[in-house]
Amino acid sequence: MSNISEQVPAAKLTAKDFASNQEVKWCPGCGDYSILKQVQTVFPDFGVPKEDIVFISGIGCAARFTYYMDTYGMHSIHGRAAAIASGVKAMNPNLSVWVISGDGDAFSIGGNHFIHLMRKNFDVNYLVFNNEIYGLTKGQYSPTSGKGKVAKSTPFGSVEEPFNPSELALGARASFVARSLDRDPKHMQMVLKRANEHKGTSFVEIYQNCTVFNDGAFFAFSEKETKKEQSLFLEHGKPLIFGATDNKGIKLDGVMPVIVDLNAEGVSVDDLWIHDEHDKNKAHIIASFFDTAYEGVDFPRPFGVIYTENRSTYETAMQEQIDELIARKGRPSLDKILSGDKTWTIL
Amino acid sequence: MDSIIADNNPGHETTLIESESIVIRFSGDSGDGMQLTGNQFTDTAAFLGNDLSTFPEFPAEIRAPIGTTAGVSGFQVHFGSKEIFTPGDEYDVLVAMNSAALKVDLARLKIGGIVIVNTAGFDKKNLNLAGYAADANPLEDGTLENYTVHKIDVTKFTKECLAGSGLGMKEIERSKNMFVLGLLFWMFDEPMDYTINFIKEKFAKKQDIADANIKTLKAGWNFGDHTEIFTTRFRVSPAKMAKGVYRNISGNQATAIGLVAASEMSGLPLFLGSYPITPASDVLHELSKYKTSGIKTFQAEDEIAAICAAIGATYAGGLGVTTTSGPGMSLKTEAIGLATILEIPLVIVNIQRGGPSTGLPTKTEQSDLMQAMYGRHGEGPLPVIAACSPADCFDTVLEASRIAIEHMTPVICLTDGYIANGTEPWRFPSKDQLKPINVEFATEPNGPNGTYQPYKRDEKLVRPWAKPGTKGLMHRIGGLEKAENTGNVSYDAKNHEAMTHLRAAKIEKIADYIPNIAPDSGNASGKLAVLGWGSTSGAIKTAVRELLAEGYDVAHIHLRHINPFPKNLGELLKGYDNVLVPEMNGGQLLSLIRAKYLIPAVGLNKMQGLPFTTAELKNKILETLK
Repeated sequence: MSNISEQVPAAKLTAKDFASNQEVKWCPGCGDYSILKQVQTVFPDFGVPKEDIVFISGIGCAARFTYYMDTYGMHSIHGRAAAIASGVKAMNPNLSVWVISGDGDAFSIGGNHFIHLMRKNFDVNYLVFNNEIYGLTKGQYSPTSGKGKVAKSTPFGSVEEPFNPSELALGARASFVARSLDRDPKHMQMVLKRANEHKGTSFVEIYQNCTVFNDGAFFAFSEKETKKEQSLFLEHGKPLIFGATDNKGIKLDGVMPVIVDLNAEGVSVDDLWIHDEHDKNKAHIIASFFDTAYEGVDFPRPFGVIYTENRSTYETAMQEQIDELIARKGRPSLDKILSGDKTWTIL
Repeated sequence: MDSIIADNNPGHETTLIESESIVIRFSGDSGDGMQLTGNQFTDTAAFLGNDLSTFPEFPAEIRAPIGTTAGVSGFQVHFGSKEIFTPGDEYDVLVAMNSAALKVDLARLKIGGIVIVNTAGFDKKNLNLAGYAADANPLEDGTLENYTVHKIDVTKFTKECLAGSGLGMKEIERSKNMFVLGLLFWMFDEPMDYTINFIKEKFAKKQDIADANIKTLKAGWNFGDHTEIFTTRFRVSPAKMAKGVYRNISGNQATAIGLVAASEMSGLPLFLGSYPITPASDVLHELSKYKTSGIKTFQAEDEIAAICAAIGATYAGGLGVTTTSGPGMSLKTEAIGLATILEIPLVIVNIQRGGPSTGLPTKTEQSDLMQAMYGRHGEGPLPVIAACSPADCFDTVLEASRIAIEHMTPVICLTDGYIANGTEPWRFPSKDQLKPINVEFATEPNGPNGTYQPYKRDEKLVRPWAKPGTKGLMHRIGGLEKAENTGNVSYDAKNHEAMTHLRAAKIEKIADYIPNIAPDSGNASGKLAVLGWGSTSGAIKTAVRELLAEGYDVAHIHLRHINPFPKNLGELLKGYDNVLVPEMNGGQLLSLIRAKYLIPAVGLNKMQGLPFTTAELKNKILETLK
């Protein structure tokens, strides 16, 4: 519900204007709170009127997000938000459409819709809150849980390889692939803004801590002690640097990424790989900094915009085809359609 | 076949017989072009003013092994100077292009009927492929002694006709169906002009192919005209049909056009989400041609995405539609539940086929009625309506759209493979004969303190529809149970029960807005009512009218609205001593009728992938009347 009297012009909106009147009911300490806060914080900057914003979610803890935004929204069924969002955007391309999903919702039950959305490239923003666990159903392993994960349904450890979501999205021809994390508000705000600006499907994976069933799954990337050593924050046009004192870099030796010590003799920042978010080949290599070790060396987990490209969106192409046909052939009257081309008359 | 009326053919002496109605079966291998041949013959008969009904029947395999019975493709057309409601129980003429075709289709040729065979399809290899015993040949062993047989080497004549045409042997052989069509046109005293024009259009960019087809068509005609083996021709005069302008239409075409009309009459942009499935794909194909009407068609990645995209399109303020067949319906079921609790308009068309599972993909059945009625988790009644003939698909899908929009609900619209692919002449309406569909989008707050209450209901128990983009009416809806009026998530036990009752009452209330039902033929009370739904209409109509003419006390009642039933249905049925429910399923409407009205109705059930014959119905009616 909304209150008409509270309406203010889009330019003057604040984070509070995007909060609905419903009580937020995630577990205390859940990473979802931070994501909700960052979304509500950056939305006023987008300048989109609240009535033109639609949130579509599937099922899972993350999916409740929709109820907490004072925009239009639909909390739908498990895994299908991508398909519903496609229909929304096809019918009204003017709407700003946001899909909220989780790792089970997006990559397991909704896996087929996920890959086809990436390929079709509707201009929607697809946020996956990845906590590497099924939270709402109380703690089963998910398609992003690491091999060996001990969970309710895998008391002796999972025997499956997890998805690498960035690689999956790139393989499905996503036009925007990014990663952020709940415990880095500034970074998340930056990524959300980039996703909003991108015309086409923006896939944003957000590492989100589940305090109850998978606490600390991403602490290596988010906590002070290890963050700089294990995370790689990408910036377009900047060299790939990480490490406790920004003392490490990554360079390319042919197609092989190599970690170098910037303090070592003969090693210069100028030798490092410069991030080009439009280079798909390099994006594949960056996306592979996951569980993969190159020649026994673990690489830092990349965050930021891994890849982006400009290409035609589905809804634009669909509308252009219709407009072009109408311009060329004219719009037939219903009577013409009813009669068809071949008729005869009984007198 | 009635009276001899003329005897004046220029080619050689023949007898011209005036017939009231004729059934022809074109039968051949999948690659023999029987569907096209049948359609061309049908179009010409339609233009000449005959009433007609067609029944295309083809295998599930695109190209089953050549020459086998699995690969036989048939097209049956029943045309007449009287009203025609079915493709006919048995045929007067059978065209068999090979041994397998004869083997499959001879059984339903009338005793004394005409069989035209392409002898090239009866060599040792073909006989063997068709499964005839070694050394058996139905053309020579007396199998055909009760019929008038015309043995023609169609393949050889076609080759001779096109020798020197410059075409390859493959293309030449492909023209042989035109020879048969030309011969049939001659036999039934029909002009070739329509087909010649069709060929010219179809092969506008392939002049040599067009020329070859026209030449072969004429050769077939001349063969009839100049060969003395044909001594009889037939003429079927125009039918006394209602005055007006007609077109020939299949059920799937009518469904597509009905959806275009629903879009125009409601002013809502139409979005079709669909996934290819037999026999529903043609609706997707057909609607995709109407982009110039602003129609958006979306071939989704699967059945679930197809309906979900349609739900999204409706949510955004359009008319969402999804088309499918049984297995696809099963996949869509969870999403139908979502649309039910969201209470948004959605048209779901199920073009039924034989099931369960892949079942008989190209054959017809009415076995998804219970699925339509109850195939959801939770209590979730929905309107269910059914089309009764190819042209009726137009009215039915338009009615489904009207109910969906005006009552804010998903509607399940049932057709089936028989009427989807079958055709009939359609005296199509003009736009001003169609009723507008009333759409009201919410634009103002409707709750206390300027709030918007998405689940506040009107006198029809219908909730308001506020589409995204509407200032001040932002709200959230979803699959979780909602509190009355506000639509906020509610786990309150009493609220859930109240909302369950409200949703059911809303559907039940639709009965106030649909017409009462009256018998299609026969009296409004008496000994026996034959109650049908869907595509059995033509066969029941024919059987009941024939029995009425013979003086029997029988009536035909045919349902379009199955949920809710017309309000007077119970009273009407109770006026008869007996009620017979013929269905192409195990007795699904029968169960609904017995449960709802507590009457001892009996069923006639057929699950052979084929429609009822008039004879089957008449026999059962007579047995019930005893």
